[in-house]
Amino acid sequence: MNKEFKQSILDALANPNLGGALGRFSEAYRISRAKAYEGVDFEAVRHEIAAVKSDAAGRMDELADRFKSQAEARGAKVFRTASPQAVRDYILDLAKKNGVKSVVKSKSMASEEIHLNKHLQEAGIEVQETDLGEWIIQLAGQTPSHMVMPAIHMTKEEVADVFSDKVEAGQQPNISKLVAFARGKLRPKFLAAEMGISGANIAVAETGSLVIVTNEGNARLVSTLPKIHVAIVGLEKLIERFADITPILTALPRSATSQLLTSYVSIISGPVPNTDGTPKELHIILMDNRRNEMSHDPRFKQALQCIRCASCLNVCPVFRLVGGHVFGKVYTGGIGTILTAWFNALKESDEIQSLCIQCGNCKDVCPAMIDIPDLILELRRRLAVEQGQPLVQKAIFSVVNNRRMFHTMLRAASLGQKPFAKEGFIRHLPMFLSGMTEFRSLPAIADEPFRDKFKKIKQPKCKEKAAFFGGCLVDFAYPEMGEKLVEVLNKAGIEVTFPEGQTCCGAPARYSGAYEVAAQNGADNIRALLEEDVKYVVSACPTCTVALKQDFIANLESLGRKDELPAAQKLAEKVVDFTTLVGQMIDGGRLRFKKGIKPTQFTYHDSCHYKRTLHAEQMPRKLMKQAGHELVEMQESDMCCGMGGSYTLKLPELSAPILERKLVNIEQAGAPLLLIDCPGCVMQIRGGLDKKGSKIKVEHTVEQLAECLE
Amino acid sequence: MATTTESQNSLDLLFEMFKLRAEAVSAQVERVSNKELALELIVRLLNKEGIEDKSGLHAIWANSAMIGPEDKARLKTALPGLSFDVTRELAAEAKAGISQMDWALANTGTLVQTADAVEQRLVSTLPPLHIAIISTQALLPDLPTLIKRVDPRKSAYLAFITGPSRTADIERVLTIGVHGPGRLMIVMVDELEGAR
Repeated sequence: MNKEFKQSILDALANPNLGGALGRFSEAYRISRAKAYEGVDFEAVRHEIAAVKSDAAGRMDELADRFKSQAEARGAKVFRTASPQAVRDYILDLAKKNGVKSVVKSKSMASEEIHLNKHLQEAGIEVQETDLGEWIIQLAGQTPSHMVMPAIHMTKEEVADVFSDKVEAGQQPNISKLVAFARGKLRPKFLAAEMGISGANIAVAETGSLVIVTNEGNARLVSTLPKIHVAIVGLEKLIERFADITPILTALPRSATSQLLTSYVSIISGPVPNTDGTPKELHIILMDNRRNEMSHDPRFKQALQCIRCASCLNVCPVFRLVGGHVFGKVYTGGIGTILTAWFNALKESDEIQSLCIQCGNCKDVCPAMIDIPDLILELRRRLAVEQGQPLVQKAIFSVVNNRRMFHTMLRAASLGQKPFAKEGFIRHLPMFLSGMTEFRSLPAIADEPFRDKFKKIKQPKCKEKAAFFGGCLVDFAYPEMGEKLVEVLNKAGIEVTFPEGQTCCGAPARYSGAYEVAAQNGADNIRALLEEDVKYVVSACPTCTVALKQDFIANLESLGRKDELPAAQKLAEKVVDFTTLVGQMIDGGRLRFKKGIKPTQFTYHDSCHYKRTLHAEQMPRKLMKQAGHELVEMQESDMCCGMGGSYTLKLPELSAPILERKLVNIEQAGAPLLLIDCPGCVMQIRGGLDKKGSKIKVEHTVEQLAECLE
Repeated sequence: MATTTESQNSLDLLFEMFKLRAEAVSAQVERVSNKELALELIVRLLNKEGIEDKSGLHAIWANSAMIGPEDKARLKTALPGLSFDVTRELAAEAKAGISQMDWALANTGTLVQTADAVEQRLVSTLPPLHIAIISTQALLPDLPTLIKRVDPRKSAYLAFITGPSRTADIERVLTIGVHGPGRLMIVMVDELEGAR
């Protein structure tokens, strides 16, 4: 990771406004968003949006043509171009031809994308942003940190200073006065401007209409007062039918600002008269800038479904710590990472893609159903292909894949045998077991890995068998979790096997973009786990479970290894996470809770993959309640703990504050016991609580269930 | 008779929903039974606002189907500061703008207007107070219902207004009244001739 980028993260973390205010906003957003969606079937709405926008992205050319002919039939001029330079030139020419001296703009991310203001200003034209947030950053000489709230990173004091410095001395940090000041200063600009420039939220091909959504009312003025109105519209804004604006107008305000509808929606379908009676010149620029190319990319086409609500930023555990500027100059957050890779260049996403901890929060709230974490992984993969896999990484994976050697090395490192650390090898291990963290204690590496302990376990002979996939943490750090798992399954009449040939689940490789390594891990595991005919393949790690159930298939598919897919499918069908399997056994009468269990209060941490990929998060809660225990939910139980596999090592600066927030929520819940279904989260949180000297006991659900079941 | 009562009941329900939603976004909502009462109410409101025939104290009223030449004359006598001749210059300094809206959406508290004529937008964008008149009969449940009734190919500028102008761009603190009106007063009239 380059030093400058790391420094930008450290600077952002040191900015108290970002950490404090953004964090509070993100907590409040979750609640206000839920309230805005009351009575609305979010899943239905987002399926509709995804269908409408995906269809449109697949017919971009056709819809652009149709839009153009419709809008032109009613008197608009439509200019379609692939190049940002052509957009800038078109607007400048138009301005020159009409003697335009000043321009007022309402918010347009497309114009930010092509740095339009600079171009016009260099030609001597005054360009006035009128969206309050945009005006503030324009005056401050900054770039937007958020797509919806561009100046979200600034305090009222900073705004007052900017106004005082750049506009009129003596402004006080009083928000309503600052807003009134902006109104007063910008009003004459609206009245004087000869040209208004806006974006658009939707472009309807069927009717040639632009739909513009605002709260301040500036877009209404921009499209009313100047005699020329130019709208810059990215091709992804096109939809086919007018009726399809409904799902977008249902979701956009709710997701963006937790409103049922914004103060203003303007639907412009042709030039209207000016105040002097002349007809307005309406110019609509349909801008490509690689959107068409994107629509032909089977993976990234879905990113064109984005309606720019920025909810992916608002729920992101990383954005809430560092704000937008770490991500770049135009589009920020999760979707911004993807758009930057396309609209600028893939290599520009090299650093920022590493900010994603893959928690999946954004995917859950995206009203356009974009799998942002998956697309970021795909960026990672393409970057790895383009730039080649670093040598050190190659060496690491060869160690990780050799389980015995890996264990030996981890053990050596954990015992403080310096040679490894000195060579810098351990430091680069993508595995979180290697140390180098000051914010939490690390588990001791077991002297005997689970794979050896397993051989000593005496099991009853049973008709049914389950193959246990250990994963690195259970195998090397928490073998006792594996032992408990065997104990419980034996009680249910299931004999557990531990296929020796199993290796790393491939998640570390996949999450580093090294798909060949991941696919080979998958192939090796498929062979090992299907060797013996077992009914179930069970794991107590959600990341491993997701790998076995989904990623093996995806990795093989992406590399075109089609012959191996049937076996991968066969494996996937057998795979189940431990707690879900216990639930099935209880329902089938094969497991029972002990009588007279002493009720304990417990709280539950939702692991990212366990909740958002496996959707299994209700089962442990249900089982523990059935056992007689009392659940006390913590705040934001499903917010990431900051572990994220090797993330905690690559970006400990971010992992630590994410964990800190989690620890506060755990402590505030007040329960003496915390249950988790992921050994990685156990490691992160147990280590964090231990470091704080907390008395809260942290266990994997398997450990508690072993106590409760007879 | 039964159907009339039923449709009256359903309009009452729509109105309650509309009022709830519109007030939730800081609009004021009044309901009167006929046009005469509506005009009286508006004159009273404008007097209270201190509308006078002086620069900065005018009120402007955009062409409205409900208002005929006689009404205009009457209103003008009652309120010399009121103008039906909406110009850009007058709108820029006026204290209040009045216009008649075409539809209202109950579930979001939204007003909708065909606003191709620029005066319709001038009175509802520039002055700090916007008084919007709307027929109770024009209440629709929601956006999908409206979309079936409007054709953007026939109206070049469809304007939706939901509450006054607002921003949360500084520290995400909701602040009412940025570039558009800081106050929106909605007068809903049960029997409004000339309305759709």
